[in-house]
Amino acid sequence: MKFRDEYRDPVAARGYADAIARITTRPWTLMEVCGGQTHAIVRYGIDELLPDGVTLVHGPGCPVCVTPAEYIDKAIEIVARPETILCSFGDMLRVAGTGGDLLAAKSRGGDVRVVYSPLDALTIARANPDREVVFFAVGFETTAPANAMAAYQAKREGLTNVSLLVSHVLVPPAMRTILDGPTNRIQGFLAAGHVCTVMGFEEYYPIAAQYHVPIVVTGFEPLDILEGVYMTIRQLEEGRAEVENQYSRSVTRAGNRTAQTIIGEVFRVTPRRWRGIGDIAESGLGLSDAYAGFDAERRFGPVSSGAEAKTECISGLVLRGEKKPPECPAFGTHCTPERPLGVTMVSSEGACAAYYRYRGRKSASLEAAS
Amino acid sequence: MTDGDFSLACPAPAGGDDTVQMAHGGGGRAMERLLDTIIRPAFDNPHLARRHDGAVLDLAGPVAFTTDSYVVKPLVFPGGDIGTLAVNGTVNDLAMCGARAAHLSVGLILEEGLPLDTLRRVVASMRSAADAAGVTLVTGDTKVVDHGKADGLFVNTAGLGPVVSAAPIGPDAVRAGDAVILSGDIGRHGIAVMAAREGFGFETVIESDCAPVVDPVMALIEAGVAVHCLRDLTRGGLASAAVEIGEAAGVSIALDEASIPVREDVNAACEILGLDPLHVANEGRFVAFVAEADAERAIDILRRFAVSAGAVRIGTVGGGAAGEVTCRGALGVDRIVDMLSGEQLPRIC
Repeated sequence: MKFRDEYRDPVAARGYADAIARITTRPWTLMEVCGGQTHAIVRYGIDELLPDGVTLVHGPGCPVCVTPAEYIDKAIEIVARPETILCSFGDMLRVAGTGGDLLAAKSRGGDVRVVYSPLDALTIARANPDREVVFFAVGFETTAPANAMAAYQAKREGLTNVSLLVSHVLVPPAMRTILDGPTNRIQGFLAAGHVCTVMGFEEYYPIAAQYHVPIVVTGFEPLDILEGVYMTIRQLEEGRAEVENQYSRSVTRAGNRTAQTIIGEVFRVTPRRWRGIGDIAESGLGLSDAYAGFDAERRFGPVSSGAEAKTECISGLVLRGEKKPPECPAFGTHCTPERPLGVTMVSSEGACAAYYRYRGRKSASLEAAS
Repeated sequence: MTDGDFSLACPAPAGGDDTVQMAHGGGGRAMERLLDTIIRPAFDNPHLARRHDGAVLDLAGPVAFTTDSYVVKPLVFPGGDIGTLAVNGTVNDLAMCGARAAHLSVGLILEEGLPLDTLRRVVASMRSAADAAGVTLVTGDTKVVDHGKADGLFVNTAGLGPVVSAAPIGPDAVRAGDAVILSGDIGRHGIAVMAAREGFGFETVIESDCAPVVDPVMALIEAGVAVHCLRDLTRGGLASAAVEIGEAAGVSIALDEASIPVREDVNAACEILGLDPLHVANEGRFVAFVAEADAERAIDILRRFAVSAGAVRIGTVGGGAAGEVTCRGALGVDRIVDMLSGEQLPRIC
């Protein structure tokens, strides 16, 4: 395929791997922020091409994984009402709250609809004027513009039967939380290319300076990731801690101003709880005062902030990059995609699901052996 | 009500002539009329002309027998409809047993309110698919359920056909060293149906690959190719078929991703939706496990037929752990191929 296979070329990949090996003089631990990058790394075996001692740990960038259980409980509660239709992206359906998931709610008769664009929720609202349509708006900065657009469009059209259940999160505050952690081992970041396509990378400069950590905005194809690793290690080896842009074919320093404007109009920055990580100040988006009328929590009651149930699942440590999936005793034994204990095993972008899917049950023993 | 709305005329019940009504399944005149005007003319043959409770068949030698039910939304999609699917699916299941389909039964479950035009289209498709595959629809059944109790139309077909292959074809015949041959590009049916259902505005229309594969399969057998196992790649795609056969045969299977043909538009759709083409459904594709010595000859034979013109070798059976399917990726690193753990759900971003 034009402009895709070029970024999966095995000879070029080998060239990058050799170049990385040439410049690496000691062990380094890097984090790729985005779940899409994690999947590419595990699927293509990019980590296996890296020299010994270079470790890629997987970040919190899986929108489904970090959505708190209580929001899923709220979505289930909303869709149990006969007058409601709940619209959601597909991979949110399998993730359990404290009591079951949206697939189970659907099987009990709840009107749950998978949509491919938030604007589809408006189409459903127009076609069902006697029903209340709720869109489950989750995700990072990447999905925020389209979700904002749905609210903007609904307001412009005067649609009164549509609302948003919002659990949006922001990447930079999560990176700070990881770096502040007492057991942090991250020495460099591959920042999420698609988040930066929207937001640019201005906000990473203070992080790089304060924590003396290189941050390289990186794409999602194998060669993007290898080049991102190369650029990060080169900085580490040279003692630099700068913001660099590997993904320049998509990302500019300023980002997409139009997208930022609509986010700024519809949303405001709020504190947010991250599943498995905890409360992070100014790390989320909620509806702005001008759009408060579209807040599903106003129509159906606020989300209750319950404590997360204790399980042997270590997905919180996985999301913070402190553990790798095969280090979990439950991985592949009593935690599998069919019977998941935690969100990172459920979501298609979760790190545990990536290891299980591409390396199977045996990755636990392989990891131990290496 | 205003005076202007009032009328002494008694209107006929709306929709009675052009949609399925509960009476069409009641066993009375309405049902006979439905059968006489739509079903019997489409499937016209001596078995149905007897208007008996069942078909009487003259069978000799080993016979393969299979059944499948079809539920698809939308009922009509680019490249086919539920009727073509229901005939080709059962014809192909028999072909995978080394048998040529001869007789088919059809069970129709109609939802009250189904447009009769849709029913006409579907039975006409079934007839032409049956003719193309050389199979006769010898017996059938029609039921009607209340509005809201079925997605328009469900179809069940069962098929019988004489087994042509002398050697047994199935997972237990698979051996380490066998070549794995794929009959053409994968993923078109699943993406075509999903795009039609969800109304994706892709730049090109992706058509289902729905087709009978019986002719190329019979050609392999008649040419004496040592065919050890055949499997059509329906739900779950190539991945499920490979894992199922690996597990049943107690062998490992090594695939080479670069050799697996996926059309560019299908690949692009999968990229956008976050799907793996290996998991996407097909309706006119199969894998053949054949003895290594016959691999090239098998590919040459398959390529003579339009439905399998894109046949290629995609892997080899190994002696590793039972059911372990690996796929060598673009960068030369192996990954595990597993069955889907649930429904295919598109990702967020």
